[in-house]
Amino acid sequence: MHPVISVENLTKTYTSNFRALDSINLEIQRGEIFALLGPNGAGKTTLINVICGIVNPSQGRVLADGHDIVSDYRAARSIIGLVPQELSTDAFESVMATVKFSRGLFGKPPNPGYLEKILRDLSLWEKKDANIRTLSGGMKRRVMIAKALSHEPQILFLDEPSAGVDVELRRDMWDMVRGLRKSGVTIILTTHYIEEAEEMADRIGIISKGKIILVEDKIKLMDKLGKKQLKLYLQSPLANLPEEFAGYPLELSADGNELIYIFDAQSEQTGITDLLRQLAKHGIDFKDLQSSQSSLEEIFVNLVSARP
Amino acid sequence: MNLYAIRAIYLFELARTWRTLLQSIASPVITSSLYFVVFGSAIGSRMTEIDGISYGAFIVPGLIMLALLTESISNASFGIYMPKFSGTIYEILSAPISYGEVIIGYVGAAATKSIILGLLILATARLFVSFEISHPLWMLVFLVLTAVTFSLFGFIIGTLADGFDKLQVVPMMVVTPLAFLGGSFYSISMLPPLWQKIALFNPVVYLISGFRWSFYGVADVNVAVSVGMTLVFLVLCLIVIRWIFKTGYRIKS
Ligand SMILES: Nc1ncnc2c1ncn2[C@@H]1O[C@H](COP(=O)(O)OP(=O)(O)OP(=O)(O)O)[C@@H](O)[C@H]1O
Ligand SMILES: [Mg+2]
Repeated sequence: MHPVISVENLTKTYTSNFRALDSINLEIQRGEIFALLGPNGAGKTTLINVICGIVNPSQGRVLADGHDIVSDYRAARSIIGLVPQELSTDAFESVMATVKFSRGLFGKPPNPGYLEKILRDLSLWEKKDANIRTLSGGMKRRVMIAKALSHEPQILFLDEPSAGVDVELRRDMWDMVRGLRKSGVTIILTTHYIEEAEEMADRIGIISKGKIILVEDKIKLMDKLGKKQLKLYLQSPLANLPEEFAGYPLELSADGNELIYIFDAQSEQTGITDLLRQLAKHGIDFKDLQSSQSSLEEIFVNLVSARP
Repeated sequence: MNLYAIRAIYLFELARTWRTLLQSIASPVITSSLYFVVFGSAIGSRMTEIDGISYGAFIVPGLIMLALLTESISNASFGIYMPKFSGTIYEILSAPISYGEVIIGYVGAAATKSIILGLLILATARLFVSFEISHPLWMLVFLVLTAVTFSLFGFIIGTLADGFDKLQVVPMMVVTPLAFLGGSFYSISMLPPLWQKIALFNPVVYLISGFRWSFYGVADVNVAVSVGMTLVFLVLCLIVIRWIFKTGYRIKS
């Protein structure tokens, strides 16, 4: 199956001669949730804006469901919905009017029933006649989501959808995203909340300084790069680590109560049995143990900070 | 053709007019009425006729044009400047819509407003001064042509402006003087010879002259020239807009 979005050698140089995107190659599969991560200024929004037609590409090309976003922009744009990073809404329009406007703009005939469903799903139905300027920030963000969904896009871009959104709304939003995915919509989102990507995404792309430095299945990524750690809670505190353990990737907590062993989850030989045997030999007893895996956030920070 | 999109933009823009009825329609109508009261009835009765037309009637076409010009420019420039300013233009840029369609939507709505306004002022004027329109069809042609041309001009200003002040500057500093000096209140033939020549460089002269001709059958310049000059300005605006959109200048980075 061909990818629903394919980005080929995409470069964007802003008029200031600043290269925000540098030969990006990326393929998004149909029906997946793809999370784009990267530090501030990495080029996430620029990439999304190029694909959506808001920023002109300098080089390279992008296909959306096989349609070139420049030469065949009508076909390409009509299947794409965008919720931009910035909260920009009309002020004096009613919620319903602005959502109707979006639907018309994307060339779709009126469909009041469908719009009602969207507004209800986003808990905006009660506010449908309210002036947008009288809504709270979180509600405005939902209005922007409603606008993006109003024309039944097959591909949905969410540029930092959870910025400034409370926990409950965030949860609702992710339920909605899952629902959309179930109905076949491809979702590309950016976020700075890594646990969000960890929880939601099928695949993760990491962008830094205008370059894609990694695209990987989320689970594989966590397996591949994730370090596991084993924490041993000691019976009695140790003043310092015995000489014999110098070669081990071991750390003693400041209070001397815990030993932390870090190992590679992928490798056959974790060395745990050997470690435990050595500990027994030296009479170091522990009352409890706990193993954990590093989060995507740690992986991400490691990856990005490893780059010059 | 994305007709739904054109319709959406057009209706959205007109909705803005109804919402701001007082400011967009009532205020220009009242302003023009004041002119008719002062110059038409009060002072006009003491002025001599121009080209055989009473002064009150003489200034009607010019005043309508004046309102038409300023309102077309401010409506259209504001219409496209607002989404740029508020950021909602992202939606227009990401929609499956051609530049031509965007222009038809915005300029169409702005021109519609101005035409309605022009007709309203015309009707109001009739309450204060008596006049007849000898070429009603041509009158409408000039009305529509001027509304469309200057809405396009306003659209250009709105796209290029990068601040509210710049949005005001062109209508205030350029158009109003040109319109006042364009023969709203007098015939160009009343000017000294040198100024008559200079006046011919003022595009508004042609509009007002042509428009007045459609009312009273008298004109400062030949009617064909008036129509021609208006069309030239229209085409110029279209060329500039095409260039703006092709290059994305001040719209897309
Ligand atoms: N219109 C513009 N003109 C010039 N430079 C720009 C423009 N827009 C963005 N940039 C620059 O391009 C780089 C990438 O910006 P972008 O908005 O794509 O980052 P981002 O990854 O979305 O960051 P954030 O997480 O803060 O949203 C930044 O250095 C930014 O300053
Ligand atoms: Mg961004």
